[in-house]
Amino acid sequence: MSMVLFDVPGPKARVRHKIMAVVGIAAVAAALVYVVMRFVVTDQFTARRLDWINYKQIQLSLVEAIGNTLSAFAVGAVLALLFGAIFAAARLSDHAWVRVPAAVIVEVFRAIPLVIMMFFFYYGLPVAGVKLSAFTAVVVSLMLYNGSVLAEIFRAGINSLPKGQSEAAYALGMRKTQVMTFVLLPQALRAMLPTIISQLVVLLKDTALGFLITFEELLRWGTRIGGDAVNFGRPMIPVMIVVALVYIGLCLLLTWLATYLEKRNRRNKKVIKTDNPDAQKPVLMDASAAG
Amino acid sequence: MSVLTNNLDLFLRAFGQTLQLFAVSAVLSLVLGTLLAALRVSPVPVFRGVGTTYVTVVRNTPLTLVFVFFVFAYPLLEILKIDEYTAAVVALTLYTAAFVCEVVRSGINTVPVGQAEASRALGLTFTQMLGNVVLPQALRSVVPPMTSTMIALLKNTTVASGFAVFQAGNIRETLADQGDNVLIGLLWVALGFVILVMPLTYVQQVFEKRWSVAR
Repeated sequence: MSMVLFDVPGPKARVRHKIMAVVGIAAVAAALVYVVMRFVVTDQFTARRLDWINYKQIQLSLVEAIGNTLSAFAVGAVLALLFGAIFAAARLSDHAWVRVPAAVIVEVFRAIPLVIMMFFFYYGLPVAGVKLSAFTAVVVSLMLYNGSVLAEIFRAGINSLPKGQSEAAYALGMRKTQVMTFVLLPQALRAMLPTIISQLVVLLKDTALGFLITFEELLRWGTRIGGDAVNFGRPMIPVMIVVALVYIGLCLLLTWLATYLEKRNRRNKKVIKTDNPDAQKPVLMDASAAG
Repeated sequence: MSVLTNNLDLFLRAFGQTLQLFAVSAVLSLVLGTLLAALRVSPVPVFRGVGTTYVTVVRNTPLTLVFVFFVFAYPLLEILKIDEYTAAVVALTLYTAAFVCEVVRSGINTVPVGQAEASRALGLTFTQMLGNVVLPQALRSVVPPMTSTMIALLKNTTVASGFAVFQAGNIRETLADQGDNVLIGLLWVALGFVILVMPLTYVQQVFEKRWSVAR
């Protein structure tokens, strides 16, 4: 394999790489052994610290916590996509009085940390007499922040299309809305889909910030069970491993969806290729077989 | 306005701490991220595997979870006692390093192989090739996304407010204890971040425009 930084290795370099590989494997193995040793020495995986798995109530609360995380994600994602679409359209508007305020709003919401927004909606608004639940505060913050980022993604996607596309559409006599919905959006969406989905992965991870404003999601469940010193002797390590695996699994599912869509996208659009060999058989043969 | 002027000392101290936390984690994550990127482009498959695993795991883990691990779970392992501030720096560094690694790696990958092959054919040494051909091109495609990563790090320092590390995210608690208007206080904090982030965004856009390489 030739890379920018180095040539195809010769015999000497290959030997050196093999020695480095052995050293690398040894180092990784040593690190793993050390971590496992610490787990064993400090008794992280004793029966008492794993006992919480056996309780039906705790299992149900885990499912409920995952459900809370997912519903915050789902509602937040839909609202953020809507917010992003509306503000991207506003930023692309021909009228300055629509474009400029939209640009300011998007830039400001992108600059404010999500934590501060959540604090604002959960701790700040009650001062003004508006009381929001933790769920609403999380969802609204996710919508404003990720919606602003998505608005920029949508706008960049539409701006990245060749100018000839919209010029040709206008030359055909289409109106602004028609150009946008029939010509620009379908192409931009296709190009932007992987980026949009990786932003949704960010949104999913950001639901864990609800932990800071006492939203009962997966991470808060983890610290509650993991911090239980009376019944289970603080099983923080095993519980956190479970929580991390759930988060990583959910995010990887979304990432895989993104790569799948990207691959589908990269296929040649001029030739319709099917994976199904039957579909490529001549129709006549099928007819004779049926007859 | 009175919420800000009466507590100017608190605001300045808190934002100072935010900037300090940001500066320390930024330097450390740039170093660690570059090392990880070196692993990811290494010719040795084991090193690449380690780099890829680290990036995949950390990029798909919420930062809050990394914080929870280092503040609540790590002390149970009784390895080395660290205070909350160090835990926050470690969490922010480990998390951001994964993103820095990806930025550096994709920057190196944007340089076409032909560039390095041509410089070798011209008889340039490795350092000449790196210094005069590859790095100048890679840097141009690295700086704008690196600025975004650093902006994200600056905003992410506020996650530390859930873990007893004093910075701008904790201004709310102090204001609430004093009986001040939290709503107005949080608006000032938000404005503070807008003031900190906007110049960075501007610089990023300037770089992006000036350095965009036509290929």
